[in-house]
Amino acid sequence: MNLLRFFVQNHTQVLDLTGEHLRLVGWSTFFAMLIGIPLGILIAHRTQLGRPVLTAANIIQTIPGIALFGFLLPVPWLGESAERLAILALTLYALLPIIRNTYDGIRGVDAAVVEAGRGMGLTESQLLFQVELPLALSVIISGVRIAVVISVGLATIAAFIGAGGLGEFIFRGVAMVDNRVILAGAIPAAILALLADFGIGWIEKQLRPR
Amino acid sequence: MIEFRDVSYSVDGIQVLSDLTLRVAHGEILVLLGRSGSGKTTTLKLVNRLVTPTSGQVLVNGKANDQVDVIQLRRGIGYVIQEAGLFPHFTVERNIGLVPKIEGWPEERVRARVQEMLQLVGLTPDLASRYPHQLSGGQRQRVGVARALAADPAILLMDEPFGALDPLTRDELQREFLLLQQRVHKTVVFVTHDLREALRLASRISLMEAGKLVTVLTPQEFLKSSDPWASAYVHAFGDGLESAANRGTS
Ligand SMILES: Nc1ncnc2c1ncn2[C@@H]1O[C@H](COP(=O)(O)OP(=O)(O)OP(=O)(O)O)[C@@H](O)[C@H]1O
Ligand SMILES: [Mg+2]
Repeated sequence: MNLLRFFVQNHTQVLDLTGEHLRLVGWSTFFAMLIGIPLGILIAHRTQLGRPVLTAANIIQTIPGIALFGFLLPVPWLGESAERLAILALTLYALLPIIRNTYDGIRGVDAAVVEAGRGMGLTESQLLFQVELPLALSVIISGVRIAVVISVGLATIAAFIGAGGLGEFIFRGVAMVDNRVILAGAIPAAILALLADFGIGWIEKQLRPR
Repeated sequence: MIEFRDVSYSVDGIQVLSDLTLRVAHGEILVLLGRSGSGKTTTLKLVNRLVTPTSGQVLVNGKANDQVDVIQLRRGIGYVIQEAGLFPHFTVERNIGLVPKIEGWPEERVRARVQEMLQLVGLTPDLASRYPHQLSGGQRQRVGVARALAADPAILLMDEPFGALDPLTRDELQREFLLLQQRVHKTVVFVTHDLREALRLASRISLMEAGKLVTVLTPQEFLKSSDPWASAYVHAFGDGLESAANRGTS
């Protein structure tokens, strides 16, 4: 019950760091969607761009988290703010699942349905917004869900460069060799990941075309 | 109404259509008959420019169809495909009303038009709120026809619209389609590989083989034709074809 007491005693800090954590995940997911969804749509239509774009996103994904934070540190405007840096790194990591799922979702729309729409005189943008995107939406949201779950975990590393978040507890706990402090960061992070997984999964199910 | 002038089409080095010349008259049902891969669907798609010819010209209403706005061209041509190609995420009502809606009809008029179309194709009004997956194959096909007719196009392209149906339902839809045509007088290009269906529905049958137009004949002429391809078809389908041809015209 030591752990519980720790939570009660430090609840303001737990809440603050959880808030910071959510802010990192929220902004990076937002930016990753802003870039990844249009990019995924683009490569679904211009398939010759598909391979290079997906390969690039894949390569980013393979860079170890701490290394990526380290690489970005000397970049002028970015290096000034640890939070900016963390958001950028998390955005880069979130790109792959979002681009990939947008691409798969759009490519997975029944070609006969798209052709029927085109044959009826829908413009390309009407086809996109009224046919392709609605039919691909649940797959796209599924990519967002994966991205968020990954980001919640990765964001703990942001504390390494001083960007805050629940990783603070984890790093501090490791330094202090105190499991309670580590768990104070790890448990809320795990709960956040599960909630995001469940919540976005629920939205995804509502949007799935019959 | 529709005219193919010396149209050829090749893709990836494959000659899909060669020197197609054909005229479809106002108000007729021209059936494109031919075996799988003979180029029927490609011919149909030339009309609404889903396919552009490698050489030659396609005229729609007297104008080369590459000289007019492609979106306007397509909205003036109804398009029905096998399995209907309905939008699975739209209700029947939205499927049928889509082209009128994007053409900017007021909402009330779209709704009235949808009801009118449902009645025209023999569906009850309560189906309007269903999704395509909640319909039978025959009902979906009727919705496909209703959707194609909704914006009142002068031309109707139909690609094996009744192909996936059981014989009884197909028979019913063919009969209703002929009755419907007597009312709406569309210029119809109808693709099938079923000679019986062709004899029943066609004003004229154009027989295709390996990307070439073999011959164009009325159903009566087709049965008596000495053309080797045509008589091969007649033999393959066996007895009882006379009655199919007569049912259509009577
Ligand atoms: N985009 C394409 N790329 C390569 N080959 C094509 C393409 N479109 C059509 N073809 C070829 O052209 C030929 C005619 O195709 P089409 O779809 O017009 O035939 P069809 O008469 O409608 O056949 P079916 O009765 O099976 O529908 C086929 O051999 C097909 O493989
Ligand atoms: Mg075909």
